[in-house]
Amino acid sequence: MMDELRDLYQEVILDHGKSPRNFRHPEDANREARGDNPMCGDKVTVFLKVSPGGVVEDAAFEGRGCAISTASASMMTELIVGRTEAQVKSLFESFHEMCTKEDHEHVHHDGLDDEAMEKLQVLAGVRQFPMRVKCATLAWHTMDAALAGGTRISTE
Amino acid sequence: MNEITKPPQGFDSGTTSGYDVEEVRKDFPILSREIYGKPLVYLDSAASAQKPRRVIDAMVTSMTEEYSNVHRGVHWLSATATTRFEAARKTVQRFINAREDREIVFTRSATEAVNLVASSWGRTNLREGDEIVISQMEHHANIVPWQMLRTEKGIVLKIVPIDEAGTLLMDEYEKLLGPKTKLVALSHMSNALGTINPVKDIVRIAHDKGIPVLIDGCQGITHLGVDVQDLGADFYVFSGHKLYGPTGIGVLYGRAEILEGMPPYQGGGDMIARVTFEETTFKGIPHRFEAGTPAIVEVIGLGAALEYLMELGLDRVAAHERDLLAYATAQLLEIPGLRIYGTSPDKASIVSFTLGDAHPHDIGTIIDRAGIAVRAGHHCAQPLMDFYNVPATARASFALYNTFGEVDALVASLHRVREIFG
Repeated sequence: MMDELRDLYQEVILDHGKSPRNFRHPEDANREARGDNPMCGDKVTVFLKVSPGGVVEDAAFEGRGCAISTASASMMTELIVGRTEAQVKSLFESFHEMCTKEDHEHVHHDGLDDEAMEKLQVLAGVRQFPMRVKCATLAWHTMDAALAGGTRISTE
Repeated sequence: MNEITKPPQGFDSGTTSGYDVEEVRKDFPILSREIYGKPLVYLDSAASAQKPRRVIDAMVTSMTEEYSNVHRGVHWLSATATTRFEAARKTVQRFINAREDREIVFTRSATEAVNLVASSWGRTNLREGDEIVISQMEHHANIVPWQMLRTEKGIVLKIVPIDEAGTLLMDEYEKLLGPKTKLVALSHMSNALGTINPVKDIVRIAHDKGIPVLIDGCQGITHLGVDVQDLGADFYVFSGHKLYGPTGIGVLYGRAEILEGMPPYQGGGDMIARVTFEETTFKGIPHRFEAGTPAIVEVIGLGAALEYLMELGLDRVAAHERDLLAYATAQLLEIPGLRIYGTSPDKASIVSFTLGDAHPHDIGTIIDRAGIAVRAGHHCAQPLMDFYNVPATARASFALYNTFGEVDALVASLHRVREIFG
């Protein structure tokens, strides 16, 4: 029982939760979206700078959330920079699969995905906590909405 | 787990005489189950209370032996079901000491009861610019229906502020009542803080100015009971499932004179006297407000819950819960980094808290694995969370079946949270 808790609250997650990376509002962001989890009141705003060629040049976030949602948002901002929109979407799909399916496979097996998914593996513990999957995916859904042009999303 | 029923030595709370919580626990089948291999410690009764065997049996009997539709049919089952159904209405009347049983309207929930008043009374009586007074600590169910009416009618909502302890500022309340105030709608007790509001004073002050009052009793009635004649409120709403009864059933108490003046809420069967295509005449109260086949089994279950509570004795329950609150508050405050939200001198057995940097959601997940159920979130009171500038709190709520040992289990599990979050 406690092992599952340790899997969920790994040091990496606690570290990102306490000291989130890219926790800021970049002035030159050209895409942004806000996400809400109405169940717990968590809020996140994701800021992206996307080049005319469709490459994410900067990613950041602000908001308040639990250790899981903050760590997930923090890691996401580190991992999506330098990727094309298509690559980011594919990574999101793989991540979503990992959070929800026991026998998940990366949706797309390009080298980029595999490397990022290895880092995101620390969040796989949420599979044992179905009520917390939305915490792990909130920032990603919000980022996806920002890529699509920016809107307000809710996980419900 | 250390199953003690009295506070440990050295803790002076005033003992709860003659209340044997271990015996009471036997009435609740679910309390003997385990969660993740640990005894269930259910500290989420403010969200929904567990059900005693009496309620479960009454509902099973209703469905296996006495079930039919009510208020129709001449056959034995229909007559019996109708008798049981209307007997439950009388039980509710007795429980809240209403003058007449026709002042008891069955609704789907307390939320629907507020919506009924907003829709029927509100639409009939409110004009643009009229004011409704609510408070900073209201549940969304006592905010949103009025906001919807605001959009429709152009009424104005005035908010009674609270202080840092979570106590309603009564001076400010009195100042808010003006010539345009048409209704006061306040909670008996805060679901997020535990604050008990001085509802009798609230009603008296409003009535002195000729303003009717609706009291949201969802939490208050479970810990304090209510005597609606003594209270004097025009409307009092509560739900069945927080009172150890089933879900899907709520109650709107309304003074007969005020209900008489209100048009129907929904149209349909069971609420009409006669229907032709040209004209329909409606039944009297309360049936005018109960269109459609009601929640028959649930009403009977609610009646059983209230009978159970009256036998147990609300005063004894309240004393036990007061002891639990005092003990839990003292024990929790020993935990470094723990902050309690809602420290009003007058409060009932709800403790809302945060713990250091740990988000309430993380607290909830970690202690769940020790079998402990608390609520983590905004408690459907987001304006209140905004007041305290927190996104959420963890909330332990103590009910008639909780023990001092369970408080100890909660405290131990919170130390585990501190370990993980360093």
